[in-house]
Amino acid sequence: MPSRFAESRSRISDLTLDEAFQTAKKLFEDLSFGYATDWKSEQQNRRIVGFLPIYVPREILHALDMLPVGLFGAGDKIPVVRGDAYFQSYICHLPRTVIEMALNDSLKDFDAFLFPAICDVIRNLSGIFQLTYKDKLVRFLDFPQNFQSAVGGVFYRHELERLAADLGALNGKSLSTDALNHSIGLYNQNRALLKDLSNFRSSYPHKLSAADHYLILRAGQVMTVEHHNAYVERILELLPSVEAIEADKIRVVVSGSFCEQPPLGLIRTVENAGCYIVDDDFQLGLKWTEGDIPDKTEDPVGALVNAYLNNSTFSSAVYDGDNPKEISLERQVREHRADGVIFCAPSFCDPALLDRPILEKAMERKHIRHIGFQYHENLGQFHVVKEQAGTFADMIKLWD
Amino acid sequence: MSVQKENSMVKQKQMLADHFMALSEAPMTGRKVCYTFVPGNLTELITAFDMLPVYPEINSLQSGMRQRSRDFIREAEDAGYSEDVCSYVKCDIGMMLQGNIGPTDQQLPPPDLLLLSYTGCFVFMKWFENLRHLYPKAEIAMLHIPYQADGKVEPSAIEYIKEQLRTEVIPKFEKVAGRKIDDAVLAQCMNRSAMAEDLLINVFESARHRPSPIDAYFGGVYYIGPIFTSFRGSQACVEYYEELWKEVQERVALKLGPITPDGTFTEKYRLVVEGPPNWTNFRDFWKLFYEHGAVFVGSTYTRVGGVYDYGFRHSAEDPLKSLAEYCMGCYTNRNLPQRIDLIEKFIKDCDADGLVINSIKSCNSFSAGQLAMMRDIEERRGIPVGFIETDLVDPRYYSYSNIKNRLDSFFQMLEQRKELVGKAVLVS
Repeated sequence: MPSRFAESRSRISDLTLDEAFQTAKKLFEDLSFGYATDWKSEQQNRRIVGFLPIYVPREILHALDMLPVGLFGAGDKIPVVRGDAYFQSYICHLPRTVIEMALNDSLKDFDAFLFPAICDVIRNLSGIFQLTYKDKLVRFLDFPQNFQSAVGGVFYRHELERLAADLGALNGKSLSTDALNHSIGLYNQNRALLKDLSNFRSSYPHKLSAADHYLILRAGQVMTVEHHNAYVERILELLPSVEAIEADKIRVVVSGSFCEQPPLGLIRTVENAGCYIVDDDFQLGLKWTEGDIPDKTEDPVGALVNAYLNNSTFSSAVYDGDNPKEISLERQVREHRADGVIFCAPSFCDPALLDRPILEKAMERKHIRHIGFQYHENLGQFHVVKEQAGTFADMIKLWD
Repeated sequence: MSVQKENSMVKQKQMLADHFMALSEAPMTGRKVCYTFVPGNLTELITAFDMLPVYPEINSLQSGMRQRSRDFIREAEDAGYSEDVCSYVKCDIGMMLQGNIGPTDQQLPPPDLLLLSYTGCFVFMKWFENLRHLYPKAEIAMLHIPYQADGKVEPSAIEYIKEQLRTEVIPKFEKVAGRKIDDAVLAQCMNRSAMAEDLLINVFESARHRPSPIDAYFGGVYYIGPIFTSFRGSQACVEYYEELWKEVQERVALKLGPITPDGTFTEKYRLVVEGPPNWTNFRDFWKLFYEHGAVFVGSTYTRVGGVYDYGFRHSAEDPLKSLAEYCMGCYTNRNLPQRIDLIEKFIKDCDADGLVINSIKSCNSFSAGQLAMMRDIEERRGIPVGFIETDLVDPRYYSYSNIKNRLDSFFQMLEQRKELVGKAVLVS
């Protein structure tokens, strides 16, 4: 008997756009991670690895026959009962719903958890998981903040090799050159497809809503890469035939939402209030590496290391000594012909909120309009956001 | 009532006055200035280049103690910093925006070198990215210290730090100082650091006595002053700890407890504490404990600038390796199970009656996970745990009545437990 989600993997070529969006929505709302559980149950050696934002080298997991699943909290979809007993009121919301899911057995089929080094809360959440899940692999993944290949590169290679060895011990697999090259190729294809999708969205924001675009990307945090590639390819085939009239809205880049995710309602509200979101960092991890990583090499781990050191996108979690992020943000605005920036960060998010004064000043120097607000993943009232975004749009339309 | 001052306190005060004088005169004397952080500080290296260190978080806490942080924080929030983020950062940036007048009312010189030792606190990195914009002329050296996620120091992490020191940090020092590192001075500093560290541990371990001759938290923050900041590696630092250790031994011999702003008191409860203190209401906060007869016999905050409890000492044998090991070992660079182990060690070694967690709104590095730590300690040791919330230097988050209510309940729990334990002893 086919599993609940197997069907969605088999009939991609027949999907309509509505069905494609429904698939993404279903995956987004499924907090029991049925897709991953079904995938795991199909073969004995398969393992599920949950990871926190922003980025992990999913190629390594894929090459070890593991499904990387992004853990982005639960939004407003579950009541936080026990999660609040783990975190004080002044700590962001995402770890509460993650720990809630851990405690209500939503993550019981997961075999390992990865915690990338992006902030102190995610770092310490790894410690809570160490205390909670003594029988599962819990790994904090340190990324080098030194970008010299002989220094940070050597360290990062060791981290990746250690990670691969620890993960491999879960299903008795070891990382092979061929398998990793193959996985790198698949993820290259994935990033290229997502870039095409983002470009389409930026060019025709009236044909693909920001919320639907977001859900398509979110699907990539749980689908197999092979499935997601076929899925996005199909959507790209269908999108040009969408008929819609472009509205008189301004174009904005949204910045600061790379970890705890804004509620879908917030994304819709911004857009309905008159702002086409032409680029954002909601699912930054999926486009972390800019360009292709060599996939026909004798040293694919080295290729991943080099890509991290030299081809990573800009992020609040990365030291930007030689590569100031405000310049990257200005470039992003320019490339997407945006009229302004919305700084939209979760409350209590140190990386995003401590970057904001730097970025705001840089935007002002370049005469780029901006506004900012904060959210929780379970925010349910968007009236204030609507007012702010609407006023911002009106201001730009009237006076620029 | 005037505070009773011991020789070591007087000596420390003079050391600080001399240091801030040297800083204020730096533009005239030409001595170079290095801004850096307490956890993972490389004071021996700074001294080996004859540079003067400035610790922004120390300036912030001093501003908090002097009731100046409210204005500085407001200044920073007006400049765009969110109410949600670290008050140390905002206090420091606010102070800078208002002319960079330091705790001794003298203007602090701008940095020649920003040494970002990213150890145990992610915010440090963001703090320095902000400072870089405020001090565009300063040279910047980045030292990334990996986290002890698996409860042990990976050899690759030590090599990574050594390589950063060799290829990034020391060359930047040399560029700013205009000369090569003085290896002899560095070795001498490392040896002196080890001497001071031995003495500091003697002082901390004296809390095993009954009554404890020290308060390892409210007194402890003064005891760590010289070694965690500008003076580690200096002869003055060694002499300070010799004096302090002598005073502590005298108190042990006389069975005297620690000195508080209101004099001495009779020890009733022996506590361990996790988390930094509140600085804006430091004396009030302290009083909430000693008026109940509570003395802190162990504290984790006094390990943020280095954990010496497991035998680590700076060593001149392989200085870069030693500096790397030091940085890796700082308290907030240890994972939660390690932090719990250290707290449990304090509780066992000092026969503590309870644990207090002071959860700091500003400091996720400390605070995230403390509730899980609390549960684990309760399960391991079966002792009462008091959980209170304050902030470092933002007075808006210090609520005297809330804290007092919680502590009153905590002390009632402690009292009841003492009675129960007493009855159990009598029955047996």
